[in-house]
Formats: sequence, C-alpha cells, structure tokens
Amino acid sequence: MADLTAARPTVNEIREHYTAHIQRKRLYGGILLAVFVALMAAGFRTADDRNAGSFADGFTRVFDYPAEVLAEAAGKAAQLPGHLVHFFPALVETLNIAAASTLVGAMFGTLLSLLATRGMAPWPALIPLFRRISDICRAIPEIVIALVLIFVLGGGPVPAMIAIAIHTAGALGKLFSEVNENASLKPVEGLTSVGATWAQRMTLGVIPQVGPNYVSYALLRFEINIRASAILGFVGAGGIGYELKNAMSWGQGRYDEAAAIFLLLFVTIVGVDQLSGLLRDRLTYGAKA
Amino acid sequence: MTTFDTNLTPAELKLSISRLFMKKRLTNFALPAAVLAYLAYVFFAFSMPGLWERASLDNALTLVSDSYSYKTHVTRDNRSGEVSVAIEGERKGAYPDGMAPDWVALGETTVIDLEDGHRVTFGLETIEYVIPGYGAVRATPSRTAGVQAELPAGEIPGWINVSKNRLAVTTEAGRLTVTRNRAEVFRYFAGWELFFFTLDSPYYGMGAGELLQRAATGEGGSIFQDFWTNKMWRHQDVAWAIAETLLMAFLGTIGAGIIALPLAFAATRNFMPLSSIRFAVRRLFDFVRGVDSLIWTVVLARAFGPGPLTGALAILVTDTGTFGKIFSEALENVDQKQIEGVASTGAKPVQRYRFGVIPQITPVLLSQLLYFLESNTRSATIIGAITGGGIGLLLTQAIITQKDWEEVAYYITLIILMVMLMDWFSGWLRRRLIKGEGGKAGRTARKGKAFLLP
Repeated sequence: MADLTAARPTVNEIREHYTAHIQRKRLYGGILLAVFVALMAAGFRTADDRNAGSFADGFTRVFDYPAEVLAEAAGKAAQLPGHLVHFFPALVETLNIAAASTLVGAMFGTLLSLLATRGMAPWPALIPLFRRISDICRAIPEIVIALVLIFVLGGGPVPAMIAIAIHTAGALGKLFSEVNENASLKPVEGLTSVGATWAQRMTLGVIPQVGPNYVSYALLRFEINIRASAILGFVGAGGIGYELKNAMSWGQGRYDEAAAIFLLLFVTIVGVDQLSGLLRDRLTYGAKA
Repeated sequence: MTTFDTNLTPAELKLSISRLFMKKRLTNFALPAAVLAYLAYVFFAFSMPGLWERASLDNALTLVSDSYSYKTHVTRDNRSGEVSVAIEGERKGAYPDGMAPDWVALGETTVIDLEDGHRVTFGLETIEYVIPGYGAVRATPSRTAGVQAELPAGEIPGWINVSKNRLAVTTEAGRLTVTRNRAEVFRYFAGWELFFFTLDSPYYGMGAGELLQRAATGEGGSIFQDFWTNKMWRHQDVAWAIAETLLMAFLGTIGAGIIALPLAFAATRNFMPLSSIRFAVRRLFDFVRGVDSLIWTVVLARAFGPGPLTGALAILVTDTGTFGKIFSEALENVDQKQIEGVASTGAKPVQRYRFGVIPQITPVLLSQLLYFLESNTRSATIIGAITGGGIGLLLTQAIITQKDWEEVAYYITLIILMVMLMDWFSGWLRRRLIKGEGGKAGRTARKGKAFLLP
C-alpha cells in the first residue's frame, strides 16, 4: 500500500504508457499480419506455378465440367433412375466399409483408450506406449495403408476397411481417453473391492458411464469414414468411388452415370450427417424434448 | 421395515422383478449380438473367406523384405560375356565399368562371393554355383541348346527350378538365374543403399567424420549438391513434395477460414435480420460440405489440371462449408453485453464487430483452424494422390512400380513424421495462442456440439 501511494503515476504518465503499449501492440499485429499475408501470397504463387493449369485460366472454367455433366444428365434424365438402381450396391458397399471400419475401429479405440487412461490402465507403466500407438495410428493417412494392402490382398473392400479402421482406432482412442478422464473411478473401486477382474471392472464400471459419449463420437467418425471410404474407392478399393472413377474415365457420353453417382454420394452424405447430428444431439442433451 | 406397502404377494413381486431383469439382460445381449450379426454379414459381403486365397503372400514377403533391404545384381550378358554390377539392377545405381564391390572379383572369370561358402563363378562357358552341404550346380547356356544344367545326383530340391531354358537357384545367401541370354546373381543386404550419395558421386562411401572434414574445407556446397540431386532417392523432389502437401493444407485451411468468417455472420440469427439470406447462406454451407472433397477434387482437377493448387482449392471449398457452420454456431453464442458495452462508447458497426465480437470468437476460431490444419495435412496427402501433387503422388507412383518398396517405406515414414509434427505444432500453437482463455474456448467449443475433427 505504502509503495503505491509513494510512487503514484500521474494521469498523463498512465496515458503515455497506455498509448505506447497500444502502439506497440498495433505495430506487432501489423507486422504479423503483413508476414502472414506475404506468406499466403507467396504460397499461392508457388502453388500456382507448380500446378498444371494456372488459377486465372482455370477460374473461368470451374463450372464447365459440372455444366457438361448436368447437361448430359438432363438430356438422359429418363435413364437416371436406372443408374441410381445400378449403382446402389456400390453405395451399400461404401457404407458397409464405413460402418464396419467404424465398429472395428471403435472396439480397438475403446481398448486403446482404457489401456491409456490413468486409473483404469491395468499396466500403468505402459500408458505412454499405448498413447504413442494411438498417436501413430492416428497419424497414418488411410490411403497409405490402403495402397499397401491392395498390393498384398488385391483390390476390394477389405484393404479399405482395415486402413480406415486403423486410423479410426487411433482417432477414437484419443477422444475416448479424454472422455475416460472425466469418468468417476468410484464404481471401479467398488468393483475392485468385490474382486472383479479388469475386464469386468471396465465393462460394468466404466463403459456405462462413458457409453453415450462414445457412441456420439463414433457416429461423428462414421460420417467422416463414409467420405474416406468413397475416396479410397477412387484409388481402387471398391465401392462407389471406384464406380465414379470408371464412369469418369469413360469421359463424355457416360456423364449421366457420373451424375447419378454424384447424386447418390451427395444425398448419402447429407442424409447421414443430418441423422447422426440428430442422434448426437439426443445423446448429449438427453431425450428430454 | 417394509418398503412396499402394495398388495402384491412376494411371489408376484419376484416375478415382475425377474421379468425386468430378463428384459435388461436381453437388451444387454441383443446389442452385441446385433453388432456381431452385422459384422458377420460384412464378413460374407466382403467375401472374406476367399481372401486368403486371393492374398498374395509372395507380394507381402517382397514388400517387407524389400522395404528394409536392397539387392545388388551381378549380370553377365551371355552373348558378349560382359559383366555389369548394379544396385537394384537400375541404371542409376550401376557401378561404373571396371568397378565392383569387393565381394565381386571381375576378370576373365568373375568370382562372386556370397559368403558362408556360397560362391558363384561366371566362367567363359559355364556358370557354377557352389552350395555348401549340397554341391556344385553347373549351367551352360548356349543359343542353340538352351540352358544345360548339371546338378549333383539325387532328387532336385524345391529351391532349385530347372527347365530347358532356365535355371533358378534361390538360397539364403542369394539367388542365381541363368537363361539363354544372361546369368544374374542377386545378393541381399540390409539397409537403404545409396541413400546419401549415388555411385557417381566422389563422396560415396565416405564416413560422417570425413564428410564433415571436407565440408569444413569448403566442399560443403558440392557435398550438399550431390546429396540433394541424388538420382536414386531424389531428395530434392521429395522435399518439394512435402512442401507442396503442407502448402495445400495451409492455403486450403487458412483460405477457407478467411472466406467462411464473413459468410458466417450472414448465417446467424443475431447478426443477419433477413431470414431469406440467412437460409440461403446456411444451405450454401450445407451444400458445399455435402459435396464431398472427393467430388470437389474431381471437378476442380478438370478446370485447373493436376497440381497443388487444385488440392488447395478442394480443401478450401470443402472446409469453407465446415468452418461456416462452426463459426456461425460460435457467433450465435456470442455474449451481447460486450457488444452493447462497445456500442455505448459510440463505436461504429465495424468497430463493434472488431472489438465486441471478434475477440469473443477468436479462441474457437483459432483452435478450429489449427485442428483442421493438422487434419488437412492428412487430407492433402490423400487428395494429392488423386489430383497428382505432393507426397501422395510420389507414394502412389512408388507403389504402382511394385518394386521400390524401400522408397515406399521411406515416404510412409516421412508422411507419418510430417503429420505427427503438424499435430504437435498445431497443439503447441493452440496452447500458446489461447493461453489463459482455455476454459472459455473449451466451453464454447462444447456448446457448438462435438464438431472437432480429430
């Protein structure tokens, strides 16, 4: 108290300090912004240079291809329902890849997360190991594993499923272990006191607490995995992506097929997004409405 | 002490309780059973039972062994009698004429030492392979009579393959193939050969100490030049590819953020009074997000051709929709009191946004941008494989050749390191930038639903 009154600054001094502070802040902010803008511009120039076609040329042609596809699809509108039926099995395969990989990934993710959470892990010393494992699983892009497995197992849905499942296990493992941290350990202690094994403690003590959150995250992952499995189809893993690639490589004359696939994919993604959004809302906020 | 003062008899009570238990038990079993049934359906839908037959174990073995080892080919042209030595049999890995590793003695007859007593001799007419514990295998190729093989007496073991025009011997020490036109010996070594310098570089085979010494005396530039332009491992191209991938992720994510922020204002109830515009912008976000990045990539690749710009734009367009949704949700949760406070000092609308709104959503904005920057590094790898840019393209190319598995292993390692580094970097930056506001960021993020893409 004494110091404060002894050296109390005048209003002018405070104002000067404040102005200087603000000016410095603005200067730093300005420099940061300038560097950032320069970085964006340089990055754009580099990307533009290394691209086959330039941005300025391509920009006017962005809608040429969709217009062509739409025009041709409109011309053959009568065949559209037939195409939709024809490609439906491929769509089901894509959905199956996504669903199976989400299920398998969620199972392994649960295991990884339980092994990597303090208080629940059966071997506390190995927690960092399991964390690293889930980090690495998460870091591997699906396409890497898918391409390697396609070489070994041949094309088809299985390589894509395994690839997506590995990534999902890592991603969900991390999210699940964050959920686990918030779970109460009392049921686990209770179960320990009656001599439950680790598996019993987890299934009876932890899973009921974290179940809704798990399901919510898994649903979110399912949305992402549908997109991923469509993309992997494009590099040879079956499903709707593969059909899209074929339809596109036929080129003009088969654009109506491409349009049908675009439509199927779009409707599926939007539909699943909406559905899982609704379900997730119910899971997070309860079914009170 | 009686808890139930109903007129139910204990027997009836017990019955209802056990019925309840039964129901619970059934649901507890029904759920896993449903999952199991679905997995069983998938098992057959994906025709997994036949997978084992379709799987090529040979491919898997070459893949694994090739990814950490390399082989040196010693080839004799049977017409001219010339012997050449090349790593992986590629011209860019060939030893210059008259030069050979120390286990190959060039001369009138070339002697190849495969260690452990295994020895192959390229004679003038006859090629001889001495296998300890078995004997000597001789083969005389000629243009008219094919390959005449002489084996030790007894049954031919499985690792020797003889026909009229071909002899192949595969042992642990190496592999010998003799056809009419040439004889070839493979010897396997562990490691990634020529990783730093190719054989035409004067620095090939030098130790790190000697290189440092030379670098200190002014040869640093040319040492780096030789490493950078290594024809076998193409360090320059790989570095550029990684840079392209990161560039795609950076341009796409930040560009999407810049475009989505102003649009997000138009999609909120509290900042956009016109419901028709609000509806239109929201549907635009939904549409852009629903048309998957795969379709955007395909469409944009038609207009811009292959390359990093296409990938960046594909990420940009898809993420504009996602960011628009997240940002507008964050904007709807903004505290009005701060804006009123700023307005009470006589701030104009722009200032109100700048000082009343933006500081409130900065944590959400930044943390989402950084999350997506990391996740888009992965997407950029995948998109690059489709549009033809970045490390994704190199990886697919290396896999398509089906023999450069050591390069595939190298690229995979680089990709994983790149993504983990980005993960760490974005996490670090997030903690640095949102320090002190962590609680708030967490709260707002949770309010806007679990939308974080891990």
